[in-house]
Amino acid sequence: MGFLNQSRQLVADNLSIARGDRLLFKYLSFSLDNGSVLHLEGQNGSGKTSLLRTICGLSKPLEGTISWCGDSTDVLAEDFFQQLLYIGHLPGIKEELSAIENLEFSLTLAGLKSEQASIRNVLEELGLKRCMDLPSRYLSQGQKKRVALARLWLQTSPLWVLDEPFTALDVSAVDMLKQRVEDFASQGGIVIMTTHQALQMQVPDLVRLRLNS
Amino acid sequence: MASIQQGSRLSTFAVLYRILARDILVAMRRQSDVAAVFFFFVIAASLFPLGSGADPKLLSSMAPSVLWVTALLSCMLSLSRLFASDFSDGTLEQMLISSQPLILVVLAKTFAHWILSGLPLVIIAPFIGLQFNLASESLQVLALSLFIGTLALSLIGSVGAALTLGLRGAGVLIAILVLPLYIPVLVFGAGAVTATTIGMSPQGALSLLGAILALSLVFAPLAASIALKIALE
Repeated sequence: MGFLNQSRQLVADNLSIARGDRLLFKYLSFSLDNGSVLHLEGQNGSGKTSLLRTICGLSKPLEGTISWCGDSTDVLAEDFFQQLLYIGHLPGIKEELSAIENLEFSLTLAGLKSEQASIRNVLEELGLKRCMDLPSRYLSQGQKKRVALARLWLQTSPLWVLDEPFTALDVSAVDMLKQRVEDFASQGGIVIMTTHQALQMQVPDLVRLRLNS
Repeated sequence: MASIQQGSRLSTFAVLYRILARDILVAMRRQSDVAAVFFFFVIAASLFPLGSGADPKLLSSMAPSVLWVTALLSCMLSLSRLFASDFSDGTLEQMLISSQPLILVVLAKTFAHWILSGLPLVIIAPFIGLQFNLASESLQVLALSLFIGTLALSLIGSVGAALTLGLRGAGVLIAILVLPLYIPVLVFGAGAVTATTIGMSPQGALSLLGAILALSLVFAPLAASIALKIALE
């Protein structure tokens, strides 16, 4: 996995984030290198999702900067987005399209060529063999989540930002996802994720960060 | 488990083409939305000759305004859907952080909207025009003015759609925001057809219509992409 060996760094410097009029937190700084997994914890409403969206560049921090390999992500814009894989609360799945068509489109947005065969393989291993050609409105919540998460096996991004990736998944899917995150981190990827579950993961560098409101 | 393949990257044009093709595919799976806009135009425009009697002179003199106003209204009907479904299922978020500048993504989506709502009107309008006793020359100008005009309508409308994203009563708000900006398009679009029916050259009105299109092509995607970023913050 040559592309993950390159040294990369995500740095948050003195971040302050507000939601509406409410200040969520002040002066948060952290730095993540190859192989780091940042596990965000905190109560509902403590600002986990806001922090993830700010890291992705979807919303602006009140103060502070986020930089990727030394450059501000604001300046990098598309060059940073190409390195980023964000899976939020909303799965980003069109009900009218099949699982395969949805994934093809996700890869297109990431600027990647997609091969149906490899998408089929991944969906099959994720247990969606029988429903990958159906319109997605026939899929259950957990199945939709699996389709969204299939991007983790298909896309080449050195930085993952995952918002509650384990919700709606069954036990076997949780195991598969955990395994995938461990593999990715040990190959040198960087992961930022939120979850309410207690996580035991075998990764080079697991950082726990608790947000208190 | 299958491993990540280091795929080669798509060109900007290829990404935009696929965004456009996907919007059209989604619309084709939900045909009633597209058909509703089309039939609104056909039915509303056909009611006028039925309601106003069979005076050919009256019909041909009111044809440009009737056809243009109904085309404008039917274009507006579908505006609120331009970004709404991508917004509610999270695709819009992914578009904001995609590999391409948002402004180009907006342009591709707006063009798809035009193909679905504007282009069918351009094609059917000359046939509706026949009911109004329009000469073949006027029919040609009608199609041409609608071709340029509906493109401008979709572009201007994309700003309204982006500004009202996620609001309650978005449909009415879009109308209030966008209608004043539609007026120049209506004036010169209908003006071009009227000029032809009374034997004058439509060139001036068509040139101005083209200028409006050029202007909205530059500014509308920019304004819409800024509005989308604010809506998603």
